[in-house]
Amino acid sequence: MAGRPRSHIIIFLAPAVLVYTAVMIWPLFNTLRLSLYVSEAGGRHFAGLANFRTLFGDPRWSASFWNALGNNVWFFIIHMIVQNPIGIALAAILSHPRLRFSAFYRSAIFIPTILSFVIVGFAWKLILSPIWGIAPGMLDAVGLKSLFAPWLGKEEYALTTLALISVWQFVGIPMMLIYAALLSIPEEVLEAGEIDGLTGWAAFWKIKLPLILPSIGIISILTFVGNFNAFDLIYAAQGALAGPNFSTDILGTFLYRTFFGFQLQLGDPHMGSAIATAMFVIILTGVCIYLWGIQTRMRRYQF
Amino acid sequence: MTKTRLAALLLTSSLLGGAASAEDVTLTIESWRNDDLTIWQDKIIPAFEAANPGIKVVFAPTAPAEYNAALNSKLDAGTAGDLITCRPFDASLALYEKGQLADLSGLASMANFSSVAKSAWQTDDGAATFCVPMASVIHGFIYNKDAFDALGIAVPTTEAEFFAALDKIKEDGTYIPMAMGTNDQWEAATMGYNNIGPNYWKGEEGRLALIKGEQKLTDEAWVAPYRQLAKWGAYLGDGYEAQTYPDSQNLFTLGRAAVYPAGSWEISGFNAQAGFKMGAFPPPVANASDECYISDHTDIALGMNAKSAHPDEAKVFLDWVGSAEFAALYANALPGFFSLNSSPVAMEDPLAQEFVSWRDKCHSTIRSTYQILSRGTPNLETETWNASVNTIKGTETPEDAGKRLQEGLASWYAPQQ
Repeated sequence: MAGRPRSHIIIFLAPAVLVYTAVMIWPLFNTLRLSLYVSEAGGRHFAGLANFRTLFGDPRWSASFWNALGNNVWFFIIHMIVQNPIGIALAAILSHPRLRFSAFYRSAIFIPTILSFVIVGFAWKLILSPIWGIAPGMLDAVGLKSLFAPWLGKEEYALTTLALISVWQFVGIPMMLIYAALLSIPEEVLEAGEIDGLTGWAAFWKIKLPLILPSIGIISILTFVGNFNAFDLIYAAQGALAGPNFSTDILGTFLYRTFFGFQLQLGDPHMGSAIATAMFVIILTGVCIYLWGIQTRMRRYQF
Repeated sequence: MTKTRLAALLLTSSLLGGAASAEDVTLTIESWRNDDLTIWQDKIIPAFEAANPGIKVVFAPTAPAEYNAALNSKLDAGTAGDLITCRPFDASLALYEKGQLADLSGLASMANFSSVAKSAWQTDDGAATFCVPMASVIHGFIYNKDAFDALGIAVPTTEAEFFAALDKIKEDGTYIPMAMGTNDQWEAATMGYNNIGPNYWKGEEGRLALIKGEQKLTDEAWVAPYRQLAKWGAYLGDGYEAQTYPDSQNLFTLGRAAVYPAGSWEISGFNAQAGFKMGAFPPPVANASDECYISDHTDIALGMNAKSAHPDEAKVFLDWVGSAEFAALYANALPGFFSLNSSPVAMEDPLAQEFVSWRDKCHSTIRSTYQILSRGTPNLETETWNASVNTIKGTETPEDAGKRLQEGLASWYAPQQ
């Protein structure tokens, strides 16, 4: 008797488990394994943690790694302080019952999200181009030409500019998630608040915001994972060398250059895997902190 | 192997509309020269196919920036084409050592190339040659002749004249003095540092001394080019920091810039785009009586995938690539890619003739970073891009750049330690 119910569970789970194992789990563990080898003349051999010692011990490798990690953190911070508050604000505005054309705004804001990185990178590069771009012209029209700088070419602005481009592209996602969360707040709760004298902004801060906090948590963790895995936009806009002077180099581009090689630099899959492993550990740590440190507390808070 | 064949078959059937009969062998060429697609399809391949019935050739290029990575992955996976366009030196040498490129030393047409021409595609001891040399590219400056005439500027031959000319263009204000950006980084090193540098390090003499460890990147000969680059920043267009390579090309061909630090591969594109007369001059020397040196870089060759399903047919094609017939066809179809074949090639394009004429009065060398010196980490070529950009922007002094590069090179290259 005990065997029968189990067998059908296994059969139903099998397709998903097999596919997921083949395309996700197996490559992931293989990457972790690859990082423990080095390639020498005549093949590769096991080298323990030698790649990690190089990555963190060699002054050049570690400088590149910490530079990339630092840039990644800044990229994430910009998303957290610009993208998510704007997303929440947009959702709050869109869920206002008296707003007209809200469906149109919703689509318009969401559309960039479905565009390819290559198109976004290329379009923004053209918009911001000091030679053909419309940005210098538009600033000139309002007499602010002096504010224009070749942002993507300046070490001090390039990363922030790219982060804001990414925010422009993805602001639709937090907006949609929060919008859905706001719609699911039962009317009775709001009415009860109204009877107690909570209206307008006070209702938002005291009732809606606490109720959408779990969604904000989910968005934060999605942003975190997405940002620390980011690569495409930087690659499309600045190339694999993540210029100027590596100021836009994030872990993804650093990994790409190391793994696949660049120009005369030959690829080193083992060192690349070591960087990938470091990225995996960073993301895993972040997600764990969220799951145990924040989400558990949030659930308690709700009840 | 069946995958390669299937891919090649699918490609041909889609490209040639199934024109190939079942017995034809199809060879696929991997290349980064996607700009040349039409020339291969319309001129080079038909000439070969007409003379060699039964062999079809498909030119399947990838974007230049992705070529090395894409090719390595395809070769590892066994899906690469039969013929592989070879980057010079270590990129191809590594493929040969991994057994992915076949040894072509025995190919009859190899006799048509000098040892210098073959050096970029040989093992360090010269025992095996694994690619048939196709062409070299020469560096220099292309200028807008109409602009120079209108402003009464003579073609500069010394550095003093060069900067005087740039000053005059800048003062006049009609043209941007020089069209180059630092966004893509490689131009600053390739068209900047390695263009003007050979005059300082005396071409092959300095390059070989650096490889032997007799000179250092902190020596005056290697720092001085950065010092000249540092002066360039003032003559580049507004916002050059975000100006890309295509931006620079367009600025020049639209007639908005007067001088373009160039590689000869630009010639055919510029001929098609520019509506004004163009001329070219070699990198100016310090004093009028100095000997001149030019970067005449062995750039492109063709090798064979060691796992090709049709090695015999591929060798027929490669033998033809080494012939004088191909040399003439290629050099004239793509002015600016100068044949490495020992038999002289008559070229019709005046700009290409100008470039190639420098071979007679100047000493030729290749880019300093390409042979052996970019084998390690940090990679000297990539570091040179970065240093050239930094010095142009003024964020790093020439001396600091030289010191940083020397430290990087010495960290892994024994002769420099």
